[in-house]
Amino acid sequence: MVRKKKIKAPATPKRLLKGAVKGSEYKREAFIAYAILILGYGFLQLGAGLGIIGHNLQGQFVPICVYVSLAISLNLVVGISGELSLGHAGFMAVGAFSGVVMARILETYISVSSVQLLLSMIFGALVAALAGLLIGIPILGLRGDYLAIVTLAFGEIVRNIMNVLYFGIDETGLRFAFNHTIPLADNSQRIITGAIGATGIRQKASFTAGIFLALFTLFIVLNIKNSKHGRAIMAIRDNRIAGESIGLDVKKFKLTAFVVSAGLAGMAGALFAQNYSTLAPIKFSFNTSVLILVFVVLGGIGNIWGGIIAAALLTILPEALRQFADYRMLTYAIVLILVMIATYNPTIKSTLQMRIHKVTSRIKKRRKETGKEVA
Amino acid sequence: MGTVLTVDNINVYYGAIHAIKGISFEVNKGEIVTLIGANGAGKSTTLHTVSGLLRSKTGDIKFLGKSIAKTPAHKIVAKGISHVPEGRRVFQEMTVRENLEMGAFITKADKVKPNVEYVYEQFPRLKERKSQIAGTLSGGEQQMLAMGRALMSNPQLLMLDEPSMGLAPILVDQIFEIIRNLNKSGTTILLVEQNANMALSIADRAYVIETGRITLSGSGEELAKSEKVRKAYLGG
Repeated sequence: MVRKKKIKAPATPKRLLKGAVKGSEYKREAFIAYAILILGYGFLQLGAGLGIIGHNLQGQFVPICVYVSLAISLNLVVGISGELSLGHAGFMAVGAFSGVVMARILETYISVSSVQLLLSMIFGALVAALAGLLIGIPILGLRGDYLAIVTLAFGEIVRNIMNVLYFGIDETGLRFAFNHTIPLADNSQRIITGAIGATGIRQKASFTAGIFLALFTLFIVLNIKNSKHGRAIMAIRDNRIAGESIGLDVKKFKLTAFVVSAGLAGMAGALFAQNYSTLAPIKFSFNTSVLILVFVVLGGIGNIWGGIIAAALLTILPEALRQFADYRMLTYAIVLILVMIATYNPTIKSTLQMRIHKVTSRIKKRRKETGKEVA
Repeated sequence: MGTVLTVDNINVYYGAIHAIKGISFEVNKGEIVTLIGANGAGKSTTLHTVSGLLRSKTGDIKFLGKSIAKTPAHKIVAKGISHVPEGRRVFQEMTVRENLEMGAFITKADKVKPNVEYVYEQFPRLKERKSQIAGTLSGGEQQMLAMGRALMSNPQLLMLDEPSMGLAPILVDQIFEIIRNLNKSGTTILLVEQNANMALSIADRAYVIETGRITLSGSGEELAKSEKVRKAYLGG
């Protein structure tokens, strides 16, 4: 009985959420993650309203939300399911371009732009989820490095297809071709033109839409993590053989995580696309996949709120480093390395913990003393 | 006494390697049957094939009269075969209680609680440690936990793969005592062991596997006395 109490104690974070013994770890995580998103939104809106935040940074608001969502959704595969995926930008691209096409079609039927945005995002998510399902079924039997290689290849394939894809709309309907000889009537519109990408996109994305996307992604991922499904996925990650031996359908659970993650990435992609007037396939290169993975790793694999902070900071950082001009990327890399050294350094961690402990015990002491005085 | 498990002429390959060469055996209700043999003889492979993790190219596996040779692994568990894999595969990050609950993944919700109680009854040590993180348990306790977890799905047949591996002799005695108790309370057991001496002492029947073939079979006592087994596995 004594032992039991000793082990339970560190699991309940006293300062953040008191009480709540069962599932406290989950509640704490959800609390922090939602708080970060909502407070971040509040601060940035306030900053923009008061004119503290410049135009350059304001332009980054939607990308920040998009990257935060991508980091959360990739965490579902990398952190919770424990598979290394290097093709997240591919799913983002699928969602982005299908979202753009859908938005263009909807423009003739629906006049409210926020509804257009919402429906195009849902469509982007569905198409990306379908892509996730199609490549997920054959490859999820692979493990570790092999899965990483295939997802990497998938990302490149998507980008290369987009490089030669032409998509247009005219009276007869939608037309597409894999070269520039697409036969279109005179009054036609080109939606996607090969390597130039999607053009003439109407910018419908807003910071508020972005924060809703991030909250929605967070809601889905946290709920999966804390469901029967999520526990099964994590059990398989921890020990595949044990998972199989108690009757878990390994492929089904891994596929669920993969498809949901792909769908959420597609949704983020659709919003991302509608933040710009043109969007080239080069945006969704391997570098973008790695960038999203960097958010996840830097925030701590499986740590959702860590990923949120990392995504936000690392999106702002290149903008903030503009004054370094030519040395921008160099500074960026150095900052990354410093963060890695600092976060996983036991010396820094223990010194910090000692400091915090000293401060809190001093506060407690003072409280006791003042309490006595009052009494 | 009906037959619970019938394995009929299975051949299993790892790529080009022919690991199991036409093995047939059966397990009757209420029995403890053991497969003994040296390293690499194919004991674990046989269990993996029964639980659906590997596939046989020929023959058939029947559980309670129905073929399960083509049933996927997760459905075989639902049918009533629980496999305790070699090397104490517990979910390291979860507590003892959570590990047991994971074992009841396919069990109906109202049965989870009585099953947990049953497991605690069989393994009082697990009850003492129910809130402890499984990775911090000792080897013997982890083995108990893996066995307890397997019991959570109400198995008709419990397959144990090397439960004595890496345990101190006193713990081995304890584990075998528990196996005997489980059997007495009605669970049919298929046991794979390298510790032939212990396995034969509790087994109703035993099969000796050598390089993918069954070379001897008989009651536990018979085999324990057999000259060949004594020389090969019992040290003279």
